[in-house]
Amino acid sequence: MAAAETQRVNPDSVGKPTVIVDDLYVTYRVMGPKPAGAKNDGASALSRLLTRKNAPGLREIKAIQGVTFVANHGDAIGIVGRNGSGKSTLLRAIAGLLPPEKGTVFTDCQPSLLGVNAALINSLSGEQNIVLGGLAMGMTPTQVRENFDSIVDFAGIGSFVELPMNAYSSGMSARLRFAIAASVSHDVLLIDEALATGDAEFRRKSEERIRALRDQAGTVFLVSHSLGVIRETCNRAIWLDAGAMKMDGDVNEVLDAYEAIVEK
Amino acid sequence: MTAIDRSAPAAMAAEFGLTPIGRQPALKAYMQALWERRFFIWTFARSRIAAENAESRLGQLWQVLNPLLNAGVYYLVFGVILGQSKKIEHYIAFLLTGVFIFAFSSRTIMAGSRSISGNLGLVRALHFPRAVLPFANVIEELVKTGTSLIVLAVLVVLTGEAPTAQWLLLIPVILLQLMFSAGIALVFARLTAEIRDVAQFLPFALRIWMYLSGVMYLISDFVKHHDGHPIITILLEANPAAVYIQLARDALLNTAQTNTPVWNWYLAIAWAIVPLIGGFIFFWRAESRYGRG
Repeated sequence: MAAAETQRVNPDSVGKPTVIVDDLYVTYRVMGPKPAGAKNDGASALSRLLTRKNAPGLREIKAIQGVTFVANHGDAIGIVGRNGSGKSTLLRAIAGLLPPEKGTVFTDCQPSLLGVNAALINSLSGEQNIVLGGLAMGMTPTQVRENFDSIVDFAGIGSFVELPMNAYSSGMSARLRFAIAASVSHDVLLIDEALATGDAEFRRKSEERIRALRDQAGTVFLVSHSLGVIRETCNRAIWLDAGAMKMDGDVNEVLDAYEAIVEK
Repeated sequence: MTAIDRSAPAAMAAEFGLTPIGRQPALKAYMQALWERRFFIWTFARSRIAAENAESRLGQLWQVLNPLLNAGVYYLVFGVILGQSKKIEHYIAFLLTGVFIFAFSSRTIMAGSRSISGNLGLVRALHFPRAVLPFANVIEELVKTGTSLIVLAVLVVLTGEAPTAQWLLLIPVILLQLMFSAGIALVFARLTAEIRDVAQFLPFALRIWMYLSGVMYLISDFVKHHDGHPIITILLEANPAAVYIQLARDALLNTAQTNTPVWNWYLAIAWAIVPLIGGFIFFWRAESRYGRG
């Protein structure tokens, strides 16, 4: 594989492998609009049931197709690729949140996705959501209490913390979500486009926080469309194209090649 | 560090002590992880109730209005048109107890069945034992049912029953019924996560179950009236909904028809323990597959 030869990690940061992805395939099954001409009456549904055929609207999307790589302690890996090339799916599969169709992800600990949005409830107050989000991420009630003030401070929402989140401006709620998510550190951290939130000042603060989290973490994966951010924070990059790995290697080398293609 | 042998990632993983992610956890470790998340279960259940109340003023009220309106319809159909109210003493209290108690199980099972399929975003974003979700739904329904049981008690008193010490028996009945419903909720949480169409069929199954459980009539009278074999009476009366409804009526009402033998309690306990253990194991066995696209 061409990708194997381009592997050239800075020797100083090479450590023990922390994540090994072995020939990973992830497939989504979705019900989509039916192809023109497909019958969907009761009789044809029954005959499909009897002949064990898939419904005409059921489509398989092969999001990841045979990705293999090894991530080491100290790596910060940027993942680039077009929309729909499987970047977010790869992160979720590494985190063990999307069961693979085929292949295995090996890790020495539980990789965590930076993000807590799905656990929060908009009609509840900021306070309630900090508790809920913290517990959802696996904090104990004591840890939530200890971190509470620093989360509120970091989000900079002041007394708004008592109001329901649907009364917040979009910037405020994005800040609170980030502050909750970034309040725990992880050994293997997966970040999906989390950097571009809020105003300039919050952006600087959140970038700082990500850098701190990255230093605490053994290995970081970062999905972002901002190549500048990836160049700045990562030492290595993986280029995904249509679910397959196009290139894996030094961040500047991969990004230069990627930019050359994208700009064409 | 030697060059990485990319041809054998699995061997390399073994060498460095890395383990495959997303494998089926051992049952004991799973239960322990679930216990560690108990505060999350409780907070999640409470938060959802709070959110529901914040979103509509009538939200909490419907919890009570829904079984009441149902009871009204059944009273009209079964009590007046089919004449059950003449056959059964204290028919209104009899009917209300049946409707409210059955609603607890059916609501818990419905909520549990949606617990994975309705929270896919959460399942795909954060790590936790997935059984947290059905259990949070079960707790949510228990808290809501607490409110409606108070209403039931008031209504039963209004129909002329005097509260006695026997009413305290309702507490173990509800707890056993909670265990039973949680077990079935776990089963349907997995089934609905794997086959979406189950969610469409479940309401009909629950409705048939309700009509078979003597919510609005007395099972033994009904079978006798239709010249059914006594074994049918025994089978219908042994079904879990009938068992819990009967015990709740024993606790709340003081009439001749509601004196059931003690083996009803043994059945109530068996119906609580077996489905809970079985349902939990059934749910746990698919743990690594929840959230698959």
